[in-house]
Amino acid sequence: MKTTLTVNGEAHEVTHDPRRSLLDTLRDDLRLTGTKKGCDHGQCGACTVLLNGERVNSCLCLTAMHDGDEVTTIEGIGSPERLSALQKAFVEKDGYQCGFCTPGQIMSATAMLREISEGAPSYVSDDLEVPKLTDTEMAERMSGNLCRCSAYPLIREAIAMASEVSQ
Amino acid sequence: MYSFDFARPTSVADAVAALGQEDAQALSGGQTLIPTLKQRLASPSVLVSLSAIADLKGVSAEGGTLSIGAGTTHATVAAEAGAYPALAELAGQIGDPAVRNRGTIGGSIANNDPSACYPAAALGSGATIVTNSREIAADDYFQGMFTTALEEGEIITAVRFPIPEKAAYIKFQQPASRFALVGVYVSKGAGGVRVAVTGASNDGVFRWSEAEAALAGDFSAGAVEGLAAPSGADMISDLHGSGDYRAHLVKVLTKRAVAKANG
Ligand SMILES: Cc1cc2nc3c(=O)[nH]c(=O)nc-3n(C[C@H](O)[C@H](O)[C@H](O)COP(=O)(O)OP(=O)(O)OC[C@H]3O[C@@H](n4cnc5c(N)ncnc54)[C@H](O)[C@@H]3O)c2cc1C
Ligand code: FES
Ligand code: FES
Repeated sequence: MKTTLTVNGEAHEVTHDPRRSLLDTLRDDLRLTGTKKGCDHGQCGACTVLLNGERVNSCLCLTAMHDGDEVTTIEGIGSPERLSALQKAFVEKDGYQCGFCTPGQIMSATAMLREISEGAPSYVSDDLEVPKLTDTEMAERMSGNLCRCSAYPLIREAIAMASEVSQ
Repeated sequence: MYSFDFARPTSVADAVAALGQEDAQALSGGQTLIPTLKQRLASPSVLVSLSAIADLKGVSAEGGTLSIGAGTTHATVAAEAGAYPALAELAGQIGDPAVRNRGTIGGSIANNDPSACYPAAALGSGATIVTNSREIAADDYFQGMFTTALEEGEIITAVRFPIPEKAAYIKFQQPASRFALVGVYVSKGAGGVRVAVTGASNDGVFRWSEAEAALAGDFSAGAVEGLAAPSGADMISDLHGSGDYRAHLVKVLTKRAVAKANG
């Protein structure tokens, strides 16, 4: 079957088996290998991309469900020459060890900072009107992105740094 | 995955027609079904995606009732069900943000996982499950672990919650998945007091009737204090906790949920 996707601003028509996951389409058909496959079961967040602006696990999306949708991957938010504020902050703060979870962390954090800026509370927010970027708040909001190397403290520092830059 | 055909209808009528095919199965957010397909635990002939049906999406409150379209994501319920705060809070604690951006209330209620959160809210509020062909009271709908009153090919279109005077959900969460190790939903409203328990019983979500009786006269945590915890003999026992431990949690969480509902 055929599906049309806009990935990082560029339209693609892909021909695929109905079983194809969005993750496999991105990595194997479009050769966008920045998005990683950790568990393939929705548990780790390594495959996080933005789907119509919202963060999702691309391993739990079938490409067939997304005809006409817009996808943003790690390749779409910056390049080695022009890093996004979060990418820069992860480098600066060493927000990783092996780096496997990093694209997912950065995509998830990209959406998370936007959600906070729009005032969306989480269930650990003390202030439901103006949620603040505390460590507890970040840990909760990033709970879908696991880091096997346990770089969590530095990941949070990097996110905090990027959020200051953007404000 | 075993191979399947794929359909993406844009109306409930077309979806019902497509589901009339032998071994067809509905696909909503896919957060449960896609992992199940990957494990080859399901082998539908055709997957009927409900994601393009606009009529299945949205939250609306009217005259003391909150209606949620079956295809509404947990994230949308968390953000838009302000008219029923306990329910919005429950939705905002399901899994993690990425799961909440895809998973839907219809998928959760249809699946009836014994540790899922929404079944406790539906049973604990006395909700009505609306399908393409009828309306089913939550009391008749949940029929045991992964078992519901849905017929072959029948789809949930919406869930209607009467908004109670007081309600709260407390989940003792399994830290990795956030599913309920035990979760208790209490409400007090026009239909009386309800206490629904998820995560504990091998028969799936259930009402703890002794606690409901005790709370009917005195809606306070103290009213539950004197009760014996329900028997742990038939409760889920796994690496996360024994049946007796879960039974103990049912009582503790019921008290906490009542205290929380009383604010
Ligand atoms: C990492 C992770 C953590 C999670 N944590 C939690 C948690 O803390 N609490 C919790 O409650 N859940 C949790 N879940 C499950 C999640 O809430 C799922 O979204 C939900 O159980 C299924 O909804 P879905 O829309 O994804 O349904 P799908 O996976 O698409 O479908 C599930 C089942 O329902 C059927 N179905 C779907 N829609 C309909 C319909 N309208 N009518 C009839 N049948 C239908 C399908 O055929 C299938 O059998 C978690 C999932 C993941 C991956
Ligand atoms: S690869 Fe998708 S969540 Fe792990
Ligand atoms: S840096 Fe290795 S998994 Fe996160």
